[in-house]
Amino acid sequence: MIEFSQVSVTYEGAARPVLRDVDLVIEEGELCLVAGRTGAGKSTFLGAINGLVPHFTGGKLAGRVLVDGRDTATHPPRELASVVGVVGQDPLAGFVTDTVEEELAYAMEQLAVAPDVMRKRVEETLDLMGIAGLRHRPLRTLSGGQQQRVAIGSVLTAHPRVLVLDEPTSALDPTAAEEVLATITRLVHDLGTTVVVAEHRMERVAQYADRLLYLPGDGSIGSGTPSDVFAGTDVAPPIVELGRLAGWSPLPLSVRDARRKAGPLRERLAAAEPARKPIRPADTVLTARGVHVRYGRVPAVRGVDLELRRGEVVALMGRNGSGKSSLLWALQGSGERSAGSVDVLGLDPGTARPRVARSRVGLVPQTPGDLLYLDSVGAECRQADTESGAAAGTTKALLDRLVPGVDPAAHPRDLSEGQRLALVLAVQLAAAPPVVLLDEPTRGLDYPAKRHFADVLAVLAADGHAVLLATHDVEFVATAAARVVVLAEGEIVADGPTADVVVSSPAFAPQVAKVLAPQEWLTVDEVAQALR
Amino acid sequence: MRDARALHPGAWWVWALALAVAASRTTNPLLLALVIAVAGFVVVNRRGDAPWALAFRVYVWVAVVIVASRVLFRILVGGEDGGHVLFTLPTIPLPAAAAGIELLGPTSAEELLGGFYDGLRLAAIVLCVGAANALANPKRLLKAVPGALAEVSTAVTVALSVAPQLVESVHRVRRARRLRAARGRGLRGVFVPVLADAMDRSLALAAAMDSRGYGRRGHLAPKVRALIAVCVLSGFAGVAVGIFGVLDGSAGWLGVPMLVAGLVVAGVGFVLGGRRIRRTAYRPDPWRLPETLVVLCGVLACVAVLVVPPASLDTPANPPTWPTLPPLPVVAVLIALLPAWLAPRPAPVAEVAS
Repeated sequence: MIEFSQVSVTYEGAARPVLRDVDLVIEEGELCLVAGRTGAGKSTFLGAINGLVPHFTGGKLAGRVLVDGRDTATHPPRELASVVGVVGQDPLAGFVTDTVEEELAYAMEQLAVAPDVMRKRVEETLDLMGIAGLRHRPLRTLSGGQQQRVAIGSVLTAHPRVLVLDEPTSALDPTAAEEVLATITRLVHDLGTTVVVAEHRMERVAQYADRLLYLPGDGSIGSGTPSDVFAGTDVAPPIVELGRLAGWSPLPLSVRDARRKAGPLRERLAAAEPARKPIRPADTVLTARGVHVRYGRVPAVRGVDLELRRGEVVALMGRNGSGKSSLLWALQGSGERSAGSVDVLGLDPGTARPRVARSRVGLVPQTPGDLLYLDSVGAECRQADTESGAAAGTTKALLDRLVPGVDPAAHPRDLSEGQRLALVLAVQLAAAPPVVLLDEPTRGLDYPAKRHFADVLAVLAADGHAVLLATHDVEFVATAAARVVVLAEGEIVADGPTADVVVSSPAFAPQVAKVLAPQEWLTVDEVAQALR
Repeated sequence: MRDARALHPGAWWVWALALAVAASRTTNPLLLALVIAVAGFVVVNRRGDAPWALAFRVYVWVAVVIVASRVLFRILVGGEDGGHVLFTLPTIPLPAAAAGIELLGPTSAEELLGGFYDGLRLAAIVLCVGAANALANPKRLLKAVPGALAEVSTAVTVALSVAPQLVESVHRVRRARRLRAARGRGLRGVFVPVLADAMDRSLALAAAMDSRGYGRRGHLAPKVRALIAVCVLSGFAGVAVGIFGVLDGSAGWLGVPMLVAGLVVAGVGFVLGGRRIRRTAYRPDPWRLPETLVVLCGVLACVAVLVVPPASLDTPANPPTWPTLPPLPVVAVLIALLPAWLAPRPAPVAEVAS
């Protein structure tokens, strides 16, 4: 269905090609997972399938890409629209119209499909994607999972043979991700659609994949069954790492496979206890009582009581739209707070001037780039020093401690996601706030970057900061946080040590916990330590 | 009871523009008030509950501002015109270069009245356009444009959806700036991230549209393309001159004949250009009897006002005379009220919560 022969892609001004001499064939009806570190060329590979590379992005493509017999060199993306459907990272950014039904019809209108056929296909697609109830809804009012399904539906109406998905579940909570994945597997199994999907959160997709394409970062692409290829990759879901540790072969990809092999491992671990730092009693730095946030008549946060202590990393979890962000902004004092009190070392950040508030509570928002506006990392650091009245060089020193080796002359937009996150964190830490809040910090980070970021949080905690991070990333929570707070409909429904809260929860349990339940292991590192 | 559905947006626009043309021909305050009342009544009776339907309120404010500013302007730069002086403000002396212009000074009743009539006429036109905007979904109207304009209409559709996103993005960035307690360089701190965000979004949108088949077209010879361009441009020029001629009232060949000729030439261009674009429309708005009736009402009202001798539609401000109600134009404007019942009720927009 898709054939790459001797394909190399080189962008303008780049020293070396992103893809080099790639030869591979993807058969009809396969579900391919594309894996690799950030910047390894995943997006370039996906773009090459429908001709966006090089027709849209520029650069030079040598070799030949054939999709269903059509050469992308002579067929621009619009001519391939009936063969390849592409869904980008942010579905909302790709919507052209404003209601679900019109969005589903858009591609067919462009392809001049006859009106009666269009009508029929829209109805079929509404049912296939399970979104018939949403047909007249404005796209902006949909939840993230619904938007993702509409985006997939909107390319499916053109009846493509190939579906290309870039990070379809990264922004979704675990339940919404399940919905989207169920839809994708249904397409593969019932319609024989060929699906190529890139996803950082591989733990969600690996078990459904027929084939793994691995980009090590040198321009080549390794291809094979997931359990074979995972044996030697630098990015792997926790379940694979557990399999590598225990020496299972073939490597398991689903919780079920792993559990069936895990009997002996559970026996070996039965006597051991996970080595966790006990939660030390420390002084409370932030006390929130009865916090309410309300937008118009819609309540977002309803009566939250929360205490944060020095030296702890707390994860705030919950569905998309459960009020996590609203709570963070209310605690920082910049956001809405309609009732309740917040006290940080005797001061309410909500009534304080911004300058004072940020010296008590620092917040890194969901899109950290919003805070950056100067043209070099060095200039941002100097500006942050002035803003927080810190000694010159404070921010740069903080940044070097978080991620060593960021070029001060680099433009903030050219940094990797992880580096940019660290820069914004350093900017906020320059004011030396005792409390640090982070909104979805792991979005767009690959496994090594996440591991590094977990270490960064541990350093912050050791320095005596209280850290609260809102996230859906259960695997990251298992590594980084000692305590978990779960929000549902704006209320706290659970608050306790990570193991107690997540192990019993079907949605929030990390893979290792699912494999080794009822024993309370959360991460591969814990298991590795116990086995040593 | 007829099914609730949205009337074809084109029908509302023709009706509203016809009413606006009628309004532009008169300075009779009673007639203008009637036009405003008719437009307002139809809007209240037949608008939906969508966001654009609430835009009429904004137009009302714009109209009020227009009338007020016209009157104030007359007070500001009035001058002795031999009318009944109502009050005299101290004159602001101007340098000799601006001789002949007097700031403030005496204000006569005639001046105020003239300003009020002028303002009212402009306000009535603005309200007619506002009525069309409130009654017709702007995006559905763009879907109904002929094939040759499809690309322009896509550009406008995208612009329409980008505006709210931009507002959202500005709001987000300003909120984020508080987190840094950033001072100084205010504009840059908001501008740079918003612009970066807008760039990213538009690139993502362009890639998505390209991948979904936007811009597929058949091949046309360069000569044909040049012909299309000439037809459309000269047609539009003709239409513009024609409209000017009609509104001017001094008619002649510049008026209706020029308008018709321009429309024909532009129409040929559209038909030729439309052949190049191969696309279909999903569930286009149907054109049925109510659409035709609404258009007829508007056109009838307009024509009736146009055929009346212009002099009878003027209410002179100097000397001030009590306006009379000429019977034919009144009946004509009342005909334009009929769509309030002829058009079907709009279907309620789907509930926002699931």
